[in-house]
Formats: sequence, structure tokens, C-alpha cells
Amino acid sequence: MEHSKNSSRDLFPGALEMMILESLRRQPAHGYALVQHIQQRSNNLLQVEEGSLYPALQRLLKAKLVRAEWTVSSSTNRRVRVYEISRAGISHLEREISRFDRMLEGIQMVLGPARGTENS
Amino acid sequence: MSWFERIFRRRNLGDELAEELQGHIEEKTEQLMRDENLSRTEARLAALRAFGNTALVETRSREVWQWSWIESLLADLKLALRRLIKSPGFAATVLLTLSIGIGANTAVFSVVDSVLVKPLPYPDSDRLVSLTLNAPGAAGLASFQKGLPLSGSMYFTFSENSRTFQSLGVWIAQKANVTGLARPEEVKTILVTDGVLEALGVPQIAGRELTAADQAPNGPKSVMLSYGYWQRRFGGDRSVMGRTITIDSQTRTIVGVMPQGFRVVDHDFDVLVPFAFDRNKQTLAGFGLEGIGRLKPGVTIPEANADIARLIPVWMDSFSNGPGSDSHWYAKWRITPNFHSLKREVTGSVGSVLWIVMGTIGLVLLIACVNVANLLLVRAEARQLELSIRAALGAGRGRIARELLFESVLLGLIGGALGIVVADAGLRLLVSIGPANLPRLNEVSLDSRSLLFTLLISVVSGLFFGSIPAWKYSRDQATMSLGATRSVSSSRERNRSRNILVIAQVAMALVLLVCAVLMIRTFQQLSKVDPGFADAASLQTLHIAIPESSIADQLMVTRVENNVADKLASLPGVTAVGFAGVAPMEDGGHGWSLIYAEGKTYAGDAPIRFYNYVSPGYFQALGTRLVAGRDFTWNEIYDRRQEVVVSENLAREEWGSAGAAIGKRISQGYGEPLYQVIGVARDVRQNGVDQNAPAIVYWPILTTGPFLFPPRSVTFAVRSSRAGTQAFLNQLQQAVWSVNADLPVAAPRTMQEIYSKSLARTSFTLVMLGIAAAMALALGIIGIYGVISYAVSQRTREIGIRFALGAQKGELRWMFVRSALALTGIGVLIGLGAAAAVAQLMRTLLFGVSPLDPLSFAVVPLILLLAAAFASYLPASRATSINPVDALKAQ
Repeated sequence: MEHSKNSSRDLFPGALEMMILESLRRQPAHGYALVQHIQQRSNNLLQVEEGSLYPALQRLLKAKLVRAEWTVSSSTNRRVRVYEISRAGISHLEREISRFDRMLEGIQMVLGPARGTENS
Repeated sequence: MSWFERIFRRRNLGDELAEELQGHIEEKTEQLMRDENLSRTEARLAALRAFGNTALVETRSREVWQWSWIESLLADLKLALRRLIKSPGFAATVLLTLSIGIGANTAVFSVVDSVLVKPLPYPDSDRLVSLTLNAPGAAGLASFQKGLPLSGSMYFTFSENSRTFQSLGVWIAQKANVTGLARPEEVKTILVTDGVLEALGVPQIAGRELTAADQAPNGPKSVMLSYGYWQRRFGGDRSVMGRTITIDSQTRTIVGVMPQGFRVVDHDFDVLVPFAFDRNKQTLAGFGLEGIGRLKPGVTIPEANADIARLIPVWMDSFSNGPGSDSHWYAKWRITPNFHSLKREVTGSVGSVLWIVMGTIGLVLLIACVNVANLLLVRAEARQLELSIRAALGAGRGRIARELLFESVLLGLIGGALGIVVADAGLRLLVSIGPANLPRLNEVSLDSRSLLFTLLISVVSGLFFGSIPAWKYSRDQATMSLGATRSVSSSRERNRSRNILVIAQVAMALVLLVCAVLMIRTFQQLSKVDPGFADAASLQTLHIAIPESSIADQLMVTRVENNVADKLASLPGVTAVGFAGVAPMEDGGHGWSLIYAEGKTYAGDAPIRFYNYVSPGYFQALGTRLVAGRDFTWNEIYDRRQEVVVSENLAREEWGSAGAAIGKRISQGYGEPLYQVIGVARDVRQNGVDQNAPAIVYWPILTTGPFLFPPRSVTFAVRSSRAGTQAFLNQLQQAVWSVNADLPVAAPRTMQEIYSKSLARTSFTLVMLGIAAAMALALGIIGIYGVISYAVSQRTREIGIRFALGAQKGELRWMFVRSALALTGIGVLIGLGAAAAVAQLMRTLLFGVSPLDPLSFAVVPLILLLAAAFASYLPASRATSINPVDALKAQ
């Protein structure tokens, strides 16, 4: 039930991770800030389910694509865990983005030239 | 992060996650308070809603770091164990049921595996064959179970000319006296020709093997020892090689020792003695040897049969039965090879018994599993509220089903572990009892294959009985509610799976009970059979053998035996003594010959009859009544009067009645000496209780026919109420030694022991089936009791209402009993069909009872229905003691 909701909102497997990595490349952030950032960047088109962010962060930590550090936030004065993208994370992100681009291209070709020209 | 860091950081990780999530929610709360002007409580609720299930998020995040399946398995394990400890009654019932069920299966599997499945303990044992011959033309031979044994001349013909055998030889198990060591003792001997040890292919552990040189008739007299005898008599001393021992008054040099556990086919032995046949003295006859051969690689048994079939005429051309005899007389016997694998020879008929036992024990485990499944269903229902709450808190349906399944697999595994203890005890018991005709018993052990089997059936039974509640639960969940269930009567739906389980249980129990009752009836029929001798418990038997090397003259042998008999008769409490070549139901002593009645003509040959040599007083000692005529006397025996006693069935067959036989004469062939029938003895079941009494000719113990060789090894029968006691045996021993100090007394047994041994297969099957059936019945009763008991507890309110509306106690009680009887009835109907099919499979084990014995098939359903009535009456009575007011107030 809970699980099925998640998967229906997921764009495709790995999309959330990609967005997290992209956000962190611009600037290290803690969990809450990440949610905010992704929502703002997508003009609120993408509603990240806040809960699902944390398992994704742990996956990235485990794969050593990000690093984490506990610090005290200057704005809220709260102890927060700030995530930072690693070197491996950057190269992984680049690979993923180019793969994503190719995939998008493929999807557009399948969906038809008419749509393709309309969009471009 | 290395794996152990991960494990040690585990708790830390959990704390960090909790703090992080908490921080997230608070930050969101504060933002909502700022942005949307909500109160803290409202904002917090909104933040939580947006976040989702924190516990679940935390679990999922943690799971990233886990070897998830192992860790969640460990968590499940911890939980399951804790739950089992909290309900010790449930756990104990289930584990007891399972450990007995699994233990019994493991034990029987070990036996089946060691006896039937594993290859014989010889290298490349699949190439070993037992050389048995068929002789369909030899009338009467059919009464000898193992076909025609080989003769020495056959051994020479076959081993010299065969093209399909790498090596072959003949052997025979005998007893011999060893003198000159401590007190004289009888040892188990195996006489072998060249080729036997080569065929078996097991090397000696000390000294050397017997070689062709040892087989030269005038060559060195050598002997090999078994490991056991070497240890027992010589303390495992290696310098024993080259020393001599005296076996049957023949001095022999010890040349080697065979390894521990080595047997010739299925015969244990103390010493291996070379036959040292003189090829020139071999006749065609002298059939009495067992043959064994090792096939050349790639040769099949039919090829070997064809090869040896070709050699039968060669055999008749090369040897004779003495001057003037017709060498090709045996062509009438139509001797054909009927070789089979040595393994079949060893396991024999025990296969059918063991597979039946395995099947029934398997069925018991199935019933046990069904019972456990029933208990688990009840338990799952009792936990319904708990499970609903957990589902509401976010536990996935699969996760809950997995947990239920896990709990039952855990139960199965613990049950299996306990079962190994049960199996070990059972096997020790089995080996110590040592059922007479269970071959390869010395190889039976609880080995890695048995343990693997235990693991397998533990897991499979766990999955089996766990899957029923797990499947049912995950299906039911959709309809479950958190509200208290306040239905009036129990739902049909909910009881259906339990009812089906009970029906299955009853049906399986019925099959086992029918099989057990059929065996009981068989046993009954067998004990009703008159064996031909009386009061077996007070009849002592013992062996005495006088080797040719110690007393050459046959008359002297008989005189010594006569003296021994007189000495034994003078002992206090002894009422009669006699001796014979072989006692009833004893192994060995396959004497048989053509018997012609004077004045009768036969189409072809006269029938072959079993014969025995008996002393005066033997029939009296045995309690075998002479129905006509009289016994031998010692004077007649020493006069070598040509007199004979025959069995009643032989008399009737040849002359019409016992009385008519007296005075008639028989011979072993036209022109051979004629023996006058002086007595007719009642039929004796010589080959076992379940075998028909053969027609028997009783020659006098001292006789000189051309084809008669009175035995040097005889069995004494001593009638005394003190039979079987140690004091009596000591006196017997002293009495024998007072006649000849070199004579060992061997194999002292009461006739009862011999008699029981001949019933061993039946009693073994009976005991095993009896145990299985008793377990099945008990489990069935528990099952019915459980279901009715549960139904009563579920329907308390309904019962209250019925009472309040004026129902009578008797009616209510009947309502429950009736439902139990209905379930049992359906089970009985299904079971009867299955039992009829199964009973056909055990046809060979039955005696005097039809597989569809109406009595068994009538009694067993009755027993089950009575048991069901009893099992349901108890909880039904409890139902009727319910106070309607309490019942309606409750819940």
C-alpha cells in the first residue's frame, strides 16, 4: 500500500537519486533543504514525498556517492546532517544524466516526429 | 565501511536517523507555522501527514545498510522465539508431536538408506552377482526358496570356462570347533574357493590373502581371521601371522586378517578357510554351495546368464556321479542360470517391509503436520486482533505471512533437532533388538545423509503446516476489521479449512489402522498355526559338532552323541532328549532327495523330498506326536535296520492315510536299498510358521545308504521346564564335557526363540505399523477434540441463546457430537478407498487374511467413529455446562 504509492509517484527508478545528486552538486544541503530545493527548482511540478528522500540518501551514502557531516545550521541553530556530493558522485551523476538524455531522446522518437517538432 | 563496523554502528545509525527525521519534521512544522500561520499542533500534524509513516521511512532507510534478508530473518527469529517461549503449552505440544514424527522418519530413513539404497561395502559392488540356478525340471525343488545351489564341479567348470566373469568362486558358511586355545569353542567359519575374495575385492589389513596355492588339496593348510576374532583371541597381535590354530582338529597356519566390518555377502565369520577342493574327486552332485562372481566391466547379468547357460552341457560332459551313472541325467532338471545382483541377494524380501514401514511413518508425519497446522490456525485466529493492528501500522501483508511461515519453519527445525535425538535412540534400540531378518543392520547409522534428510523434512513440514494458516490469513485479511468480532455463531468459512484438515487426518489414520489390524490378524492366524511341536518355551536346543579329524568312524560319532543324550536325560528336570540333523525352523540343513515308494510308478522322476536324520526320542522331546506306528529304538539303530519315519502329509500323498503307510517301503531310486516305514509323525512347519509343512522323510541317525551321510553336526532337543536358564545351560555344558572335553556347546536357544525368529518379519512389521497406527489414532483424537473444542468456544453466545430459548442439554451435546461424527464419516469413506488400495501393496506380508479382510474393514471405522464420539463428547459436555446469562454477558 505504502509501497505502491511510492512507486507510482516515482518517475522512474533512480530519478530521485539523480535530482538529489544534482542539487548537492550545486550546494551541500541537509534533508529538509534538499526537499525544498527540488520542489522550488521544479516549480512545484514535482512533489517529492519527503519520507522517501531518506532511504534514497542512505543508498547514496552506502554507494559512497555522497558524504554526510553533522553540523549546526547557522539559520535554525539546529543540529543537522549536511550531505555533500563526492567525486564519485559527480562522475556517477554525469553518466546518469547522459543516459537520461539518451533515454528521453529515445522516448521522443517513439512518441513520434510530430510531437517532437512541436516540442522543439 | 567494513562489515563489522556496519554491525557495530547499527544502533548509532538508528539514533542518527531518528534525530535526522525528527529535525526534518520540526523544521517543516516551524515553516508551516510561519508561512501559513498555523498553531504548533496543527502545523505538526500537517508536517507529519506530508512526511508519511516515520517508522516505515526509518526502517526503509536502515534496510539500505542491512544484508537485509539475513537481518530481518534474525529479527523474525528473535520474535518467533520470544512468542514460543510465551506460550509454552503450545510450543511443547507442537514440538513433541514434531520430534516424534520427524525422529521416527529419520530413523526409518536411515534404515532404508543403509539397507536398500546404499551400495554394498565392496568396491564397484554393482558388478557383483549372486550365482543362483533354476532347475524347473527338478520336482520338489520349488520348496527350496533360493533355487539350486552350486556344486564343486560347477565351480571348476564355470571358473575355468566363463568369459563374462573377472573372477568367481563358491563359498559356504559353516561352524567349526577351535581347540587348543582356551576352552574349546565353536567358531563361525566361511569356506571359500579361489575367486571369492578376489570378487569381493576388499584387501586384507594384515598378512596376506588366501591364494591359489592355499587351495591346493595337498598344499599348506592356511586360514585367515576376521578382525573381530583377531582382536578377541589374539588381542590384535601382528606377530600372530605364521602361528597355527587347530580348527576341527586340523592344524592351520594363520596367514592374514580381514578388515573390521568385512563380511562375506551378509555373513559374519570368525575364520576364512580355503576349501582346497580336489578337482579329480568332484562329482556332478553335491549341490550346496553359494556362488559369487564379479562381472567384467560392461558385462550385463543377461550376458552372464547366457555365458553360464552355455557351460551347463560342458559341466555334464566333464564330470560324472561315478562309474556307470548317466552324466546327462541332469538335462531333465533344465538347469538355467538365474543370476541377480548381490545386493538383491542381501536385501532379499526385506525391501517390501521397509518401504511399507517408511510409507506408514511418512503418513504419521503428515497427520502430525495436519495437527500442527490446525493448532496454528487456532493460534493465528487468536492473534487476529494483533495482526490487524500491525497491518494498520504499516506491516505489509507479505511480511506478516512471511512471519507466520517463519515461525512454523522454526518449529519444524527445532522439532527436527529434537527428532534427531529421538531417531538416535530409536536406532540404538533397533540395533540392540536386531530384528533377525534385517540384513546389513551393522551398517545402519545416523550419517550425514540422514541428517540432511532430517533437515529437509523439517523445513518441508514447517513450510507445509505453516503455509495453511499463512495462506488463509493473508486471504482473510481483506475482510478483517479492528472492531471486536461479535458474530453470534461461527462462520462456515472460517471453520472450513480446519474441517478439511480433520477429514484428511481421519482418512490417513484409517489407512494406518486398517494396515495395523491386518497385521494383527496375520499374527493371530500365524499363532493359531500348529507348528508341529509342543510348548516351545520349555524346549532347549543346542548344537554339537564332531569333526571327522577328531572321530573318523561314523558309528563312534553316533555312540558319543548317544552318550551325550543319555547324560543330558539324567539331569534333574529333564523329561525327554533327542537329536536330529536340523531342528524345525532352523536355518541350514537343506537335505533333499528323490523318494520312490515301492511298487509305484512315476511319470518321470519321483518327487524330491526334504529329509532329516533323527535319533530315538527326538519326536518325544519335540512333542511331535506319532499319528501311526512307533519311534526308532537305539537297538534297531545300531543294528542298522533299514527303517524310516515319514511325515503325515507324505504318508497321505503316497498311500492315502497315515495308517496305510506303516509297513510300506521307500527308496532313493530304483534298485536302491528299501527302507520300511515304521512310524508316521505329525506334520512339522520345518521352514517357518508361514510356510507350508513340507513332506519329510526322517532317516535314522546312523545309516549307510549310498546317498545318505548322517550329519556330524546335530541339534539336541532337551525338554525341561528349566529351559533357557543359565544354571541349566551350565549343567548341559558340564554334561557334554563329561562325555568329551573337546566338544563345545554352541547356539543354545529355546525353541521359543527359534519360533519367534521365524515370526520376526511379521512381528517387526506389526510393531512398526502398530506404533504408527497408535500415533495416528492419538493424533486424530487430538485433532477432533481440538476442532470441536474450538467450535464450542467460538459459539458460546449461540449456545447461550439456544439455552435461553429452551434448548435441551442433550440436544446441544448431540449437535456437537454430530458434527464430529459427520467429519469422521467423510474421512472414513475416503480412508476406506485408500486403505483398500494400500492393503493390496502389503499382500505379501499377510498370512491367512485377505487384503480386503471384511472384519478389519468393519472394525476400524467403528473404532474411529467411537474415538470421534469420545473426543467430541468432552468439549460438547463443557458447552452444555455454560450458563446462558454468562454467555450472553460475555464479549
